[in-house]
Amino acid sequence: MTFSSRLPEARSPGEGSANLADILERVLDKGVVIAGDIRINLLDIELLTIKLRLVVASVDKAREMGIDWWESDRSLSSGARTRELREENDRLRARLAALEDRPALEEHPALEDGETEEARDEDRR
Amino acid sequence: MKTDGELLYAYAVARDGGSPADVPETLTGVADEPVVPVRHAGFAALVGRVPAAEFEEDALRERLEDLAWLERVARGHQRVVDAAVSAFSCALPLRLATVYRDEEGVRRMLADGSASLGSALDRLEGRVEWGVTVYALPPPNPPDPPDPLELSPTPSPPESAPAPSGRDYLRRRGAQRRAREADARRAGRAAEAVHDTLSPLAEEVRLHPPQDSRLSDHPGHNLLNAAYLVPRERTEEFTRTVAALTDDAPDGLRIRLSGPWAPYSFVTHAP
Repeated sequence: MTFSSRLPEARSPGEGSANLADILERVLDKGVVIAGDIRINLLDIELLTIKLRLVVASVDKAREMGIDWWESDRSLSSGARTRELREENDRLRARLAALEDRPALEEHPALEDGETEEARDEDRR
Repeated sequence: MKTDGELLYAYAVARDGGSPADVPETLTGVADEPVVPVRHAGFAALVGRVPAAEFEEDALRERLEDLAWLERVARGHQRVVDAAVSAFSCALPLRLATVYRDEEGVRRMLADGSASLGSALDRLEGRVEWGVTVYALPPPNPPDPPDPLELSPTPSPPESAPAPSGRDYLRRRGAQRRAREADARRAGRAAEAVHDTLSPLAEEVRLHPPQDSRLSDHPGHNLLNAAYLVPRERTEEFTRTVAALTDDAPDGLRIRLSGPWAPYSFVTHAP
């Protein structure tokens, strides 16, 4: 039995039209795992998979977007996450500093709570 | 039989029907090499000769970190597996970079693995894998309300417009956040409905982690990334159903079908 008829509405994965992410998640992550003569550390592959979940479009596109942490950061996403947290901390500190410079806001210590209630009421109307 | 400087890269395993393989002679693999079957123990493995300089252990480990190289190899691997799916009624895709020193190694693999290869081939005979991904398109972004806490470069707003208070700012932010959450819940339910409609048409289902949208060509947020194992005689029904779901999809939801794939996601039993 052969399956020669391709359906017109389906995109054949082998013809280069398939999303690279679809291909990579299958060839790296799925399929039969059977011992070869050449041993590759499976851990390496797992690391790659994590990276590739992010780098799904193309390397060049990623670099264009300034996303190149895999090139320098061997510990993968933790590096990116750390950087994100650091940046968020900086933003929060700046905002806190701005708040502390504003005596007007100190007169409304309950601003946040009362505000949320009101805003919710308004949404319901 | 061994040629120095070359290794054998194995792509897929099928039942050896005894007849010459239907693999097209023009088919090339990960190193643009011709692909041929190695037959043993009732199985046929599709293999190609690849340069040891690229596929020896150390070289391979290094190359796998080179994403451009990996893309080329992944596409080559998939190309051969796809041809195997067309040539055989069932073909098991092997994991990327399954490499042997010589044909003897490939034959040993076929003999040693014959029990598990055989049962997987029996289970998956006549079935293919379809991939369905559902994306929520990002909503058109309302402009951020002016942030009263930001130091403005212009000294003060025009007299006519009252300065926005912190209260107004927080209220607008809260309303926006709640609207976004409601949109996300609606989209999530719609994606779930797609999955609920397709699942009964499949014998088995696997849910994969969402693909990251930051770098994919798709601007949306990946809500569903599923693989369906579908008997070939139900292929038309399955793809027709996906097409109908696509037509009826609510605004802002995109459904994408890929396949037919070799049963990559189903070579092992449900976990």
